[in-house]
Amino acid sequence: MRPFKYTRVSDANAAARAVTANPNAEFLAGGTNILDLMKEDVERPNELVDLTRLNLADIKAGPNGGVTIGALAKNTDTANHPLIRKSYPLLTQAILAGASGQLRNMATNGGNLMQRTRCQYFYDTAMPCNKREPGTGCGAREGLNRIHAIFGWSEKCVATYPGDMANALYALEAQVRVRNASGRERSIPIVDFHRLPGDTPEKDNNLERGELIVAIDLPKSNFANNYYYLKVRDRASYAFALVAVAAALDMDGGRIRQARVVMGSVAHKPWRSREAEAALSGKPASEQTFRSASEAALAGAKPLAHNAYKIELGKRAVVRALMRAARLI
Amino acid sequence: MEDNLDETSQPELSADEEALVKEMPALTDVGQARRTFLGQSLTSGVGLFALMLLEKEQALAALSAPADAVFAPAAAPENTIRIAMKVNGAAKTLELDSRVVLLDALRERLELTGTKKGCDQGQCGACTVLVDGRRVLSCLTLAATLEGREVTTIEGLARGEQLHPMQAAFIKYDGFQCGYCTPGQICSAVGLLEEARRGEASHVTENVTVNTTSLTDEEIRERMSGNICRCGAYPGIVAAIKEVHSGKETARTWRFVNDDELARVRKEWQTDETV
Ligand SMILES: Cc1cc2nc3c(=O)[nH]c(=O)nc-3n(C[C@H](O)[C@H](O)[C@H](O)COP(=O)(O)OP(=O)(O)OC[C@H]3O[C@@H](n4cnc5c(N)ncnc54)[C@H](O)[C@@H]3O)c2cc1C
Ligand code: SF4
Ligand code: FES
Ligand code: FES
Repeated sequence: MRPFKYTRVSDANAAARAVTANPNAEFLAGGTNILDLMKEDVERPNELVDLTRLNLADIKAGPNGGVTIGALAKNTDTANHPLIRKSYPLLTQAILAGASGQLRNMATNGGNLMQRTRCQYFYDTAMPCNKREPGTGCGAREGLNRIHAIFGWSEKCVATYPGDMANALYALEAQVRVRNASGRERSIPIVDFHRLPGDTPEKDNNLERGELIVAIDLPKSNFANNYYYLKVRDRASYAFALVAVAAALDMDGGRIRQARVVMGSVAHKPWRSREAEAALSGKPASEQTFRSASEAALAGAKPLAHNAYKIELGKRAVVRALMRAARLI
Repeated sequence: MEDNLDETSQPELSADEEALVKEMPALTDVGQARRTFLGQSLTSGVGLFALMLLEKEQALAALSAPADAVFAPAAAPENTIRIAMKVNGAAKTLELDSRVVLLDALRERLELTGTKKGCDQGQCGACTVLVDGRRVLSCLTLAATLEGREVTTIEGLARGEQLHPMQAAFIKYDGFQCGYCTPGQICSAVGLLEEARRGEASHVTENVTVNTTSLTDEEIRERMSGNICRCGAYPGIVAAIKEVHSGKETARTWRFVNDDELARVRKEWQTDETV
């Protein structure tokens, strides 16, 4: 690991100021992603600004029946908070599907949103990678791309966003509240938080330099009864998703009033399928309805050399997640 | 890369490799000329990986202070931080390079080598310890962040000669073979018990909206998935945790041999050898 200066701050504005002032500084939250990447020499900050003492870990009722989650709240505490378990159990399931008990005790919600791709070429500094070193090429485009994207990729980068929590946050239409060095706050709808790679894969998301995530705001939800987070991976636990599905239904008897379908690990950001949602709304909850929704969800997929399996897997995962959400299985 | 090498040959170094050699000022101190070492390591197919290891070794060498000088600063004066924390109940003040993770601070500075380094990047659980009672990975915990915190390692679980119930249960159920993952498994299991007591849910919890305090085998397996055991001692681990968690004792399926039995077996071996 390269040498760096360790800076402890006592308030959010000071943190944002410190990272704004030094172009080579990064925030440190749980450390589970950034320290790993620093050990691998992928991230090379010369200063870490420690956020862990900031008073940003509260989880409390927000305006209009919603809930506000602090950016520094741990994944474990978020998943198990009574307000979340009661009103947003989809989020609980998604968080608990990720990583391990130890890691969730360390990982923060802000850091989780910011986690970087698990593309093996991104991690291997001997390989070309436009995300790590713009202009060097994409090792995965013509290389081993079994875990990579089937939606929204570019010739510059075919990586996926690997996280679980965000898939549920997309389904729940959360807002990410961020603050800059001058203390100004803005809210970013979660769907606009992460980016597609395009020509600038080095940018994972739309945060400005030095902006600090302070909270995630969840609007009132009608999805507390019919929901399911399905994660498909190479082993039963402690592995990243090959395909994940966050499914939520607002039911009126046997009829679907409104649906949310978000797929994870298929694109550079969680992939919300408005097509599948349209195919579900107003329809009776049945396997047949779910099959047509799954066809709609995967219709636009463009596989790479080694990941065409994600299309069929994705379809089946969408059907199964919806069946579980509707309590038909 | 070629395997059959002429050890005297001097391979050409690329610009990157040259730069790396220059970045490693202390290489000569380990008793080998830098260029020779680099040449050997590159041609032997080990290459940059070996360089990284060496770099690590030097960083660790800089870390280890004499046993009686826990308070002395580590060698690198740049980015030194001072932290006061509690480790297994005792107050410790350390001066460390900002890069030092808790795992290395424990092993290299505090001589607490019970905590093991497996992958060093969050993927195995061997380094699990408790911080303020919660299980975390010490390999991804920067020591600098621990000011005022309480760390408990495997060395801190027993009360004198009295093993922690989880330690005793691991022995009773044969919850290990080589033992390398075991300190991490036990610390993780101790953390897990508290999580279960608080009613925390897991990925296999059928209904996450209600509290679950009684764990099935499936729940224990999922909650322990962050601890990999290369020897596959999982059945014993689950049985041990189940007993401590439920408080219901199960009969042990094996016992230690007694002296007579041991003598008999030894004799059989001897006769075998003479055949
Ligand atoms: C072995 C392993 C397995 C894993 N498996 C999974 C999995 O299955 N599913 C899953 O979803 N995740 C998984 N993870 C990833 C883990 O969830 C993330 O590493 C974690 O959520 C990151 O949070 P952190 O607080 O540790 O972030 P850090 O590592 O501290 O920070 C990560 C990044 O976010 C930035 N950052 C942190 N907080 C803020 C903030 N408030 N505002 C702005 N920027 C900020 C940092 O500067 C840094 O760049 C796994 C990780 C490991 C090591
Ligand atoms: S897919 Fe993206 S992250 Fe992976 S090698 Fe290509 S550019 Fe890098
Ligand atoms: S050494 Fe920390 S998880 Fe492997
Ligand atoms: S006992 Fe050998 S690795 Fe677990």
